[in-house]
Amino acid sequence: MRSVLLYVLPWDFSPTVLLTCLVSAVVYARGLRAFHASGRQTGFWRPLSFFLGLALDYGVLQTYYDYLAQHMFWIHRLQHLVLHHVAALLLVLASPGHVMKAGVPAAWRERARGLLGEGRPLAGLLRCARWLFHCVQNPIVAPLLFVGLIFFWLTPSVHFGAMLDVDRYRAMNWGMAVDGILFWWLMLAPRSDQGSAAIGYPLRILVVCLVALPQIFLGAYIALHGTTLFDVYAICGRAWAISPLTDQQVGGLLTWIPAAMMSGIAMLVILRRLLSEEAGPASRRAPAPSRLTPQAANRGL
Amino acid sequence: MAHSRRGVLGLLGLCLGLAGCGSAGPPFALQNVTGLLPSLEFQLTNQDNRAVTAADYRGKVVMLYFGYTHCPDACPTTLATLAAAIRGLGPQAAEIRVLFVTVDPKRDTAAVLRSYVGFFGPQFVGLRGDGDELTALSKRYRVAFHLEPPDRNGEYAVDHSSAIFVFDGTGRARLLGSESDGAAKIAQDLRRLAAT
Repeated sequence: MRSVLLYVLPWDFSPTVLLTCLVSAVVYARGLRAFHASGRQTGFWRPLSFFLGLALDYGVLQTYYDYLAQHMFWIHRLQHLVLHHVAALLLVLASPGHVMKAGVPAAWRERARGLLGEGRPLAGLLRCARWLFHCVQNPIVAPLLFVGLIFFWLTPSVHFGAMLDVDRYRAMNWGMAVDGILFWWLMLAPRSDQGSAAIGYPLRILVVCLVALPQIFLGAYIALHGTTLFDVYAICGRAWAISPLTDQQVGGLLTWIPAAMMSGIAMLVILRRLLSEEAGPASRRAPAPSRLTPQAANRGL
Repeated sequence: MAHSRRGVLGLLGLCLGLAGCGSAGPPFALQNVTGLLPSLEFQLTNQDNRAVTAADYRGKVVMLYFGYTHCPDACPTTLATLAAAIRGLGPQAAEIRVLFVTVDPKRDTAAVLRSYVGFFGPQFVGLRGDGDELTALSKRYRVAFHLEPPDRNGEYAVDHSSAIFVFDGTGRARLLGSESDGAAKIAQDLRRLAAT
């Protein structure tokens, strides 16, 4: 029992992560219920994508996995692949905005309006947040930030400090999770959801291709480097016995290949949005004849 | 021309002054971790079976190292390097303590620890703790250790960190080194920390 708990319970408990995940999950679940009650559709895949993304984020941050990530370079790289790419992408693909809005309790909404509404005490804070959001969410700053964060935390001296100091370590992981959501939202969310931040689909395709290049370069540099770049793992001890260079090579490959593949996946999603928007909403609703024909034929037999 | 040169010199003086405020003296030979790691704190039992805490070592420059007495290579070499560094300090050696925390408390009883650390010198202290105390300390300093599967005779190796954490007299974490830094460099930094 004790050993099972060791793997499931947080290695370094963070109330902020627990609260953020819990509140998001509850608000989303309430939203789903409200949608179903009013007969609106949410489909099967979107809620799955949302909960999977949330569970992945929580899992890599608040279980024994976090211990392994602190003591093995390649597991740390996998943790960032989840936070910055996979989970963030899943959360964005779920487009949870509308559902979550419907799930916010009326009392909270009232209170938020009281605090953040025009002329209210915290209205300045909201304006500040909006301004910051607009500064970050544009086709030049967002990709620079996305790639820049990866390079910054993988600078050997910075990496050394982040793996020793608890506060820096937390800031690093939070930064990765939040920046991942911001970047993929800007790249993948339907234009209708983005308001004034929206950028065209062809430009998005260009940006996701461009961010892949420095990641490939950095991953290859780490994977093919002949000596160890990050000595903190040798000093503090690895989670299990593995050659330092193997650890580094696998970590480099994870930074290189799956990270770049995410750009490929993102490109497919953007293309799909581009095509479906060009085709227009009317043609999407029309039943595809090719799908119905074999069924009809079967029934006939 | 002379005017601008004086201005440049003034600026240079200001920069040097500011730099002097930021860090006292030249950099340490070992990795400076001041502000990165928490100060020394633990509850363990020493080689005489007495309960000790970090407060017992205030006023001394403390080197903290995780290892185990059955260790075939890393631990004896590291402790021998530290002993050599301490020998090089002369009378300042009395200001140093090496806390050797065993990651194998099952085999490293108080008696085993006593004879082991006694071999390296009077500054060496052997410490052991139950599972939770040891986990708390290793978590605090972000070190990992793990028991290898035992062989036919029940003997097993333990993978562990190579870190030597150095704390000043107030218990603040200051430096991080390893055996590969060598006795001379370690002694040089210890001398500076013991003098302040």
